[in-house]
This record gives sequence, structure tokens and C-alpha cells, in this order.
Amino acid sequence: MTQGFTPTRHAITRRRLVQGGLAVGATLAMPGLVRAQGAQPIRIGHLTPRTGFLGPLGEYAVMAAQLAVEEINAAGGIDGRKVELLTEDSVNPQTASSKAERYIERDKVAAIVGEISSASALAIGQVAQRGKTIFLNTGANSDALRGQDCKRYMFHVEGANSMYVKAVGRSLTEQGLVKGKRWYSLTADYAFGHDLLRVAKGFMQGNGGTFAADELVPTDATDFSAYMIKIRQAKPDLVISNLAGNQITNFLKQYAEYGLPFPVAGFGFDTALAWGAGPGNFAGTWPCLWHHKIDTPSSKAFVAAFTKKYGKPPENQAWGDYNAVKIVAKAMADTRSTEGPKLVSYLEGGATFDVQKPRPGYFRARDHQFISEMYAITALPADKVKDKWDLFTSTPAIPGPNEDMEVLAPTAEEAACKMEG
Amino acid sequence: MLLLTLAVEQVVNGLFLGAIYLLIALGLSLIFSLGGIVNLAHGAFYAIGAYLTILLSPALGFGGSLVVAPVLVAVIGLLVERFLFRRFYRSDPILSLLLTFGLAMVAEQALRMIFGAPPLPYAIPQALRGQVFLGDFVLSRYRLTILAAVVVAVAGVWVLLQRTTFGRVVRAGVQNPDMVAALGISLKPYMATVVGLSVGLAALAGVMLAPISGVHPAMGAEVLTGAFVVVVIGGLGSFWGVVLAALIVGIVRGLMVLVYPGFAEAAIYALMAVILLVRPRGLLGERILRFE
Repeated sequence: MTQGFTPTRHAITRRRLVQGGLAVGATLAMPGLVRAQGAQPIRIGHLTPRTGFLGPLGEYAVMAAQLAVEEINAAGGIDGRKVELLTEDSVNPQTASSKAERYIERDKVAAIVGEISSASALAIGQVAQRGKTIFLNTGANSDALRGQDCKRYMFHVEGANSMYVKAVGRSLTEQGLVKGKRWYSLTADYAFGHDLLRVAKGFMQGNGGTFAADELVPTDATDFSAYMIKIRQAKPDLVISNLAGNQITNFLKQYAEYGLPFPVAGFGFDTALAWGAGPGNFAGTWPCLWHHKIDTPSSKAFVAAFTKKYGKPPENQAWGDYNAVKIVAKAMADTRSTEGPKLVSYLEGGATFDVQKPRPGYFRARDHQFISEMYAITALPADKVKDKWDLFTSTPAIPGPNEDMEVLAPTAEEAACKMEG
Repeated sequence: MLLLTLAVEQVVNGLFLGAIYLLIALGLSLIFSLGGIVNLAHGAFYAIGAYLTILLSPALGFGGSLVVAPVLVAVIGLLVERFLFRRFYRSDPILSLLLTFGLAMVAEQALRMIFGAPPLPYAIPQALRGQVFLGDFVLSRYRLTILAAVVVAVAGVWVLLQRTTFGRVVRAGVQNPDMVAALGISLKPYMATVVGLSVGLAALAGVMLAPISGVHPAMGAEVLTGAFVVVVIGGLGSFWGVVLAALIVGIVRGLMVLVYPGFAEAAIYALMAVILLVRPRGLLGERILRFE
């Protein structure tokens, strides 16, 4: 505010404002760590956005990681040692980097798990590489993380952008929305969105479609009305969302508001955002690595445990962090070690993990991408929705039971990775 | 021609955005002008309004929430004024700044603890969905309806401030509180009403945005900066200044989204800088002695 403040006696000065701000800032920066007493627990550092437009997903991530640790400890821990979970808000790449460093240097964590933002994941990956501590990325999709930016100590439980595009692309091809069609895309204006747009354009080129337009949307945008007007003028065959986080909820709500007739699909997605849009607003076809309606015994057990603890079903971000913690624990138990290099060679060695889907998954040694099935979900019309969680129908697992597990994963040409160290 | 049609449609969308800013900025301006408190918690009341809509709608519908939610929030505002704001009217402004900053965080975290961080679903009532066709122009039926509702609400505030005894005391209090006191009028009860009214207007904006924007704990912080810009551009003490500024900010932002989305946010700050250089008291800001 440029106007002066009230009475005469205490004029506010910039210095006083800064002093006050620093005091508040220092209080906020106090780390929210809770340390357990007792014999040498194994520490896992969880780091993910808790605030900002990815915050809602981060909350699911933390809940799931806590559930996984509880289950591990209830079953006797790892080799008799308890697991202790530290949690932090990663905020942005700079903060993520310094918090990852603190985890490794000061807290001596045996592994870092989490992240959703591709830019922050890269920052954490660099710190993890230097500190020779494994980092399991549970939510960052950018292909570049698996390609030019790949790291020996960074593993990706989250799928790559190209996997998401191929999974939903298959469904769109079946619906006749690709060959000879015009797409209008809205893309989140940061690393994730740019990478996704690049992959999507590659997919369209390879499959005989074109883009009517592609728009970059600032991540803090909440008003999509201008895009609705432009979309109506462009009359595309399909509207594509390469948006992220809360953007998707706002987009879906306003798309429903304007009642545009064009079908919708998206390449990046989280069920929490569909739930946030609600029945009648949620529309279109979207990809995901997992959803709470998958009918396998371990999937049902996970949904039941999560729902019992938190009173709502887990969404796909919860799936990622739950499994990442479980994978780290299994790796430590099987190798009887918490040393980075040993864990890396175990994870690279083709160990398989039950991740609540029909087939077990594994990390591909070449780029550390976790290989498992995906799903394309399609919104149900509002009158077919039975409760607020079950807003969609799902394809069977992609790839199907007789297909190669790696058909969706980036090819060596799509993402060439040269690992060092 | 096509671009012109787009521009006109987007001006209407900009007016909608401006109207939402206006509801929030009017209250900010009133509380600051009369009490000298920069209410950083103002966005929180907006968020609470949106959450109340979700809670009240099953019983009252959207129309009922539009009336009841702001009233409930106004009551919260009265309590906040009575037990918190009232202690700070005459103290160091940094104290009230810290108070409202803290209040904003408490409110946001409380919403997060009660409702969770993910956005909660809420849809436009069926009757207000779809588009309105006016010649070549196609507009959102919901936004037009809400725009009309904002005009009614703002006209009501204008009548209250300009045509009633209450309004005359408030305006005199803004200009010269000492003289008002010398005339034997206590500003305290007026201040309580002003805070209640102000946060009620913010809550009204929250109800109006709930159907078309994500209802999540940080939504208050999202909208607050824009509202502050409106207050600064409009100038203190002037009702019409805030109205004019809100419309300008809404339209500039709307058109920038059409032309160059990446600059839409920055554009309103650039606009604020230019206006402050030319008119340091804002567009229609009055010369208020104690703020000089």
C-alpha cells in the first residue's frame, strides 16, 4: 500500500515492515519434524508441495506415505528397525533443493520420497545424486526427468508424460478423435506443461491429427472465460487439457458453465481434481496410473485401509506415495542395507513389486522408469453418478494381459538417458 | 470483426471479474479508511463464504446461500471487530497488520483442517447454466445473472453510505474522526457495522465464485492481491473511485488474457504503477489529512 497508514504517532516504515516480515518468516520456517525416541529408526524424508496449486495433491501424498509407514511399523519395521517419516512442504525448486540437502546432511535420511512438480523433482534429483541417497519421484511427469536429466539415484514411480499421452491416446483413437481431427489445447505454463505439449504434438504428428491452437495458461490463472470464447470460435474436434493441479478443477467448472459442445480429454490428471469439479462438471477422458475402483485384492485392501484412516478413498497421488514408501522398505529389507549404492543396484536389478494392479511392476534399468499398467477413465453423465467418488468408468488395464509391459513407456528415441556415477 | 466480437465478450467477462473484485475491495477500503486497519484476513472471509455455500446449499439452495452465507459471515465479522480489531484502532499499524496476517493464516489452516486441501465440488444451479445469445455475442448466463446481483448489492451500499444518517457519520469518520468525536458521536458501533458489512460483501463474492472456481483453502489469498490493487488504484475515501478501479482492472485483465495471457497478472500491477505516478492518491482518492 502506498498510502500512509493511520495516526501520526506510529508511522509505518519499510524497515519496520521488513522486521515484522522477518519475524513471521522465521516462525514459518521452523521445520515440522517430529522425532521418535528409541533405537536408530530408519528415516525416510517425504518432500512434496503442500501449498499452492499442487497442494491438494500433496495432502493425499502425505496421508498415503503416513499410512504406508504405519503399516510397515505395525508389521515389525524393516529388519527390526522402525521407520520414521519426516515430512516437509517443498514449495518451489529452490526450497525443495535446500530441504532435500538438509534431509541428507542433517537428518541423515536413507531415502527421499515425493514431489509433484517436475521442476522441483529435478532439483531434488540433483541433490540426491550428490548425496548418493535414493529419491523416488512420485508425481513429476516430465519426460526430460527420464531422458536428458536422468540420474542414477532418481527413480520414477510416477509415469512419464509420454505414457499418459499414449494411454489416453489409445482411447481417443478408438473414439475416432485423432486421425484427421483438430485439437485445441490448454497447457500449464511451466516445465510439466511444456513437456506434455511437446509429447502431445509428437503423438498427433505420428497419428495424422493437427492442432487448431495451443494456449499456454499461467499456473495462477483462475478465470478461463477468455479461453472458452476462443475455443468456441475455433470449433475444434477435441479440447485437450495439459493443465495441472487446481487449474483442472477451474477449467472443468467453467467449461461446464459455458456448455460448450466439444468433447474434452486431458493428458495430465488426478482424481482429486475430478472430485473437486464434481458430478455434472467433470467431463471427458483422462489417463491415470491407478484409481480406487481397480479390482485387485491389494487394491481393495489399500482403499479400505485408507478410507478407514481418513474417511475418504485414496486418489492416484496417494497411490504413488504409498507404493514408493513400500518399495523403499522392501528394497531395504531385501538388501538388509540403507546404503544408496546397494539400493540403486537392487532397484535396477529387476525386482518386482505388487502395486495394486493385475501385473506386478518393476523399474526399467535404462531410465529408472517404473513400468506398470495405466488406465483411461471417462466421466459418467451426471444422472449416472451414484456417489460423489464414483464419477467415471475405466478402461481395462493398458497394456492388456498379453501385451508387452513397456508399450507405453518412452522409447530410447523419445527420451535418451545417459546415467553417470 | 472476429477479434472485435471476442473483445466485447471478454470485456463482459472482465466486468464480471471486476465486479467480484469490487465486492472485496469496497470492504477493504471501508475498513482501512475508517479504522486504519489493512485487513489481510479479508480474503479469508471470502473463502468462508464459498465454503458456507457448500454447507448451506443442500438445505437452502444456491439462492438461499447467496443471502444467508454473507449474513453469517457478517456475524463472524462483528465478533472479530468486537474482540480483535477494536483493540488496534489507535495502536501501531504494524500490530494490526500482523494481527490480520495471522488471522488469515489461522482461517486458511482451519479450512484445511476441517475440509481438507483438495477442492470441494460445487456446480452452477441447472437454471443458470449455458449461454445467452445477444446478436453476435454469446455470454455466460451465470455471469450475467451474477453481474446483475452485484449491481444491486453495490447500489445498496451506495444508498447506505450516501443517503442515510449512518452513511453520513461513516463518511465524516473517514474524513475527520476527531471532529466526529468532538460532536459527541462514538465511532465504535459504526465500526462494528462497517466491518460486518465489509466482510459480508467479501463472503457474497465467495458465494458467487464457488460454482465456477475451485473451492479450496487458499482461495482467499488468491483473490486478495487483486482487490488491494483495486483499492490503491481507486483511491481512499471514494466510493466511485473503487468502482471505477474495479471495472478498469477487470477489463484490462480480461483483455490481456485474450491478447497475451502471460502478461494478464502483470498488467494490473503495471497499471497501478502508472496511475500512482500520475495520481499518487489514486484515481478519485480524496485528500484525507491523517493519511497524508
